[in-house]
Amino acid sequence: MTMLNVGRQTRPEESASLTPAYPGRGLLQDEPLIFELGGWTKTGVDFPDEATDTADLAGLTRTLPLRLPGLSEPETVRHYVRLSQKNHAIDLALYPLGSCTMKHNPRLDEKLARLPGFIDLHPLQPISTVQGALSVMDTLAHWLKTLTGMPAVALTPKAGAHGELCGLLAIRAAHLARGDARRVVLAPTSAHGTNPATAALAGYEVREIAQTESGHVDLADLEAKLGPDVAAVMVTNPNTCGLFEPDVIEIARLTHAAGAYFYCDGANFNAIVGRVRPGDLGVDAMHINLHKTFSTPHGGGGPGAGPVVLSAELAPYAPTPWLVHGDGGFDLIEEPVGAAEGSFGRMSAFQGQMGMYVRALAYMMSHGADGLRQVAEDAVLNANYVKARLSGVMTPAFPDGPCMHEALFDDTWLEGSGVTTLDFAKAMIDAGFHPMTMYFPLVVHGAMLIEPTETESRGELDRFCDTILELAAAVKAGDTERFTGAPFHAPLKRLDETLAARKPRLRWSAEAAA
Amino acid sequence: MRYLPLTPDDRAAMLAVIGAATIDDLFIDVPASARLAKPVDLPPHAGELEVERALSALAAKNRAAGTGPFFCGAGAYRHHVPATVDHLIQRSEFLTSYTPYQPEIAQGTLQTLFEFQTQVAELLGLPVANASMYDGSTGCAEAVLMASRATKRSGAVLSGGLHPHYAEAAHTLAVAAGVETHRLSAAIDDEAAVIAAIGPDTACVVVQTPNVFGTVTDVTPIAQAAHAAGALMIVVTTETVSLGLLKSPGEMGADIAVAEGQSIGNGLNFGGPYVGLFACTEKLTRQIPGRLCGQTVDAEGRRGFVLTLSTREQHIRRDKATSNICTNSGLCALAFTIHMSLLGGTGLRTLAQINHARTLSLKKALAAVPGVEVLTPRLFNEFAIRLPTDAAAVVEALARKDIIAGVPYARLDPDAGLDDVLLVCATETTTAGDIAAFAAALDANLNGEIAA
Amino acid sequence: MRFTKDHEWVDLQGDVATIGITAYAADQLGDVVFVELPEAGKTVGAGDALAVVESVKAASDVYAPISGEVAAANPDLSDNPETVNDAPEGGGWFVKIKIKDPAQVEALMDRAAYEAFLATL
Repeated sequence: MTMLNVGRQTRPEESASLTPAYPGRGLLQDEPLIFELGGWTKTGVDFPDEATDTADLAGLTRTLPLRLPGLSEPETVRHYVRLSQKNHAIDLALYPLGSCTMKHNPRLDEKLARLPGFIDLHPLQPISTVQGALSVMDTLAHWLKTLTGMPAVALTPKAGAHGELCGLLAIRAAHLARGDARRVVLAPTSAHGTNPATAALAGYEVREIAQTESGHVDLADLEAKLGPDVAAVMVTNPNTCGLFEPDVIEIARLTHAAGAYFYCDGANFNAIVGRVRPGDLGVDAMHINLHKTFSTPHGGGGPGAGPVVLSAELAPYAPTPWLVHGDGGFDLIEEPVGAAEGSFGRMSAFQGQMGMYVRALAYMMSHGADGLRQVAEDAVLNANYVKARLSGVMTPAFPDGPCMHEALFDDTWLEGSGVTTLDFAKAMIDAGFHPMTMYFPLVVHGAMLIEPTETESRGELDRFCDTILELAAAVKAGDTERFTGAPFHAPLKRLDETLAARKPRLRWSAEAAA
Repeated sequence: MRYLPLTPDDRAAMLAVIGAATIDDLFIDVPASARLAKPVDLPPHAGELEVERALSALAAKNRAAGTGPFFCGAGAYRHHVPATVDHLIQRSEFLTSYTPYQPEIAQGTLQTLFEFQTQVAELLGLPVANASMYDGSTGCAEAVLMASRATKRSGAVLSGGLHPHYAEAAHTLAVAAGVETHRLSAAIDDEAAVIAAIGPDTACVVVQTPNVFGTVTDVTPIAQAAHAAGALMIVVTTETVSLGLLKSPGEMGADIAVAEGQSIGNGLNFGGPYVGLFACTEKLTRQIPGRLCGQTVDAEGRRGFVLTLSTREQHIRRDKATSNICTNSGLCALAFTIHMSLLGGTGLRTLAQINHARTLSLKKALAAVPGVEVLTPRLFNEFAIRLPTDAAAVVEALARKDIIAGVPYARLDPDAGLDDVLLVCATETTTAGDIAAFAAALDANLNGEIAA
Repeated sequence: MRFTKDHEWVDLQGDVATIGITAYAADQLGDVVFVELPEAGKTVGAGDALAVVESVKAASDVYAPISGEVAAANPDLSDNPETVNDAPEGGGWFVKIKIKDPAQVEALMDRAAYEAFLATL
């Protein structure tokens, strides 16, 4: 049997015993589910009295009652405000989730995305009535192409993983257009899980490229694995260890020499925006997470947007719709015909994530070319500062040389302490911070990946580092209780993930609640 | 720069702590040939006022749906969203948090996801729902792949009433995954053709109701035929409000139901972001793509919620995952769940009835225009009409009179030979005045010369 | 009972071999939450994927240590996956395989050899 990613504690030590619910604790209110608030016949929306004739829907109307509770407006507001207060957020404190780029979300962007000319625009209105929206898309495309040094961009993918799929489908179409049905995609062992998952979704077999001791792609291994069956090499750069691949140009050269395309996962573009153009590195396709580098809000898990920049060779295969400059203004080519004849087709209904385009463009225009370069510099500076301040106590996975936008530590420094990476992370919650990314990348034991981003002040970074150092001192002092039982001060204690997975309860039901 | 807190003094002091002379020392791994010496050729930074001015000018070049008569549907619907919804989703704790990886400090997001999943499961009439997909169309494509995995078969029958964009998105994903789609020709009502197309290698049958032409179908007989052949029934709904009045997919025998949830809580947004609703039978739970939130207890026995059954997902199963989806539509799902909590089953039913009533008024008014033929036999809040001329030309002409008349079917499916078909929609936002203005303008456009 | 380097055990009674994962493997995986088992009647060859065992944060493939036809899959594991942790070499068995070649079993490690192998890890 092969074991992946084993050995993580996922269950609280203490056995769960039922204790009565508490009504509140300070500012935190206990809050039931909407299904327990009793509004089975209520509604919080007022409608005009209007009868309808359902004669032609005979036999098609719902016969079962719709068991959905309704709440009045004040009850609704209180319910969701109470729930909101059980969340950590970037607006509250540093949120150092490595590879997620949790940075400040400007409220100007929110305001502009809600202008009626953007939010109240139907995707299938006549083209003549949406020229402003198409102009936003065109301007965004221009900024993305200029910042990456790439000639084309497909805007429509709805998130990073969707962008990866877009890139691989364009690569697949380009190979097939030459009658070359290649079957393999190479990706480093340190790759984010979406890379192999996407490659498999695109119909490819995934093979891993080894990593060197210094955390980079092993060129010799790459060269050995490249061959006539390899369609693409997928490399994250800066990589998931927070390091820039120094041999990236050679990786591109080897890849191209083997007749394959070079796909760059641009999840970490924030580290190099304005300082390095992927087009100068030999990249053929790269997705850009607008919700990372260009600061559209993460929203508790989306929505995101994942435009993909493409080389001239891949551009003809970009998904529909295409935005083009027509005689009377902007136009959309919505089917794979005419200029878009080579397109691999449509990835979703409509034009992509317009709401995210407006936010990202407002963010870019605010920073400008000079500010975006400063973004990369400050993001890298902040990460190296955290790495420098913590390295005396924690063990950096790659101590030599600078990191990029995130600092990676392993759990060597916790060995023998009785405290695991998970325990340490949970204790950070008690100290007011969101934990860093844990146990990723998989190539580093007990990984702790810290990405502060450029929107943290030196004061907040020091507050964070001082807290970590104080916690580390407690580990050394043998105060393991503080860790293994953590968090003590969160709305809930550690949750039983094992129970959740063994006996899945994925929805509320009257029977189960009775 | 207002978003960057570091001062020049901070930067100098921090470089000293790091032991680097200049910021360039931190970029030494970048090949020298790729280091940009100066900013790229784009405008410099701008203040709030300038950015607001520039983007407001672009917004003003669009004709917002709410500024006049407006009749577009076909996969995206203009509904009234209560002010409360947008206020609540802009709370920092919802807007600026991420995927709830640390459940102890993410119960707000997790509990709303649990409520969302329950609402979606109830609406779609199936026991299990996930925490959202990007939108209805990508949910539909994922459902086709899921059915293929579950049945170990490689054929998918797509009804001719399925939104063409959905069919195309499913086809794009299916081709790469080795699943063959059999898309039937565009049809207002094609139950018999769908049943006839089911074969021994059919993994799933995909039927939309109300379909792209607005036709409401009881898919029960199709589901029975699919099941008899060992295939799964996938029911697609692009207008979630219809579920307030119509039989749910589960009630009609769906194994997987997908819907576009934009109608509830979310604006039109020119096509995105939207929120895909995805539900299935219990048996298929472990094949479901995307995130699932589940109930559990904390170390003191208090109820809490976590992301669960994660071994299906990309970050654990990598190339064997059920999907590559990672980020989904969290905030749009939150907007959906808040709006649905305000409506409740009672409000949703009333909303659906009003939509239906306004659409019957629209149907009556348009049917009275000489030359217009209503094609849709059973409708909810949208329907297809045949015009005596090219529908796109009529839509353009009416747009010049500030009436957004609907969606020419040919825009979605240019090869179907249905250039004279127009898809129209009315919702609770459509007024009697809007309908009268549309009917009069259409009459003038089609019959103007005769009348004059 | 015989053992493999992939931490499976095989208990041959007549021509039916019962297969599970060892206490060591169960401990390494942590709390088992789900086991995906093959259907009876399926033919497997030595080295083929036989089952998937999942903990909260990991999914691990279990490969068939020997060839044969699946005679039964443990019906208790779907409702009580924790049995794999509680009694890995008893009630937590995965499948019974009807074998053709007992020599395949004989070639596996005995308990002493397996324990010596564990000591090297």
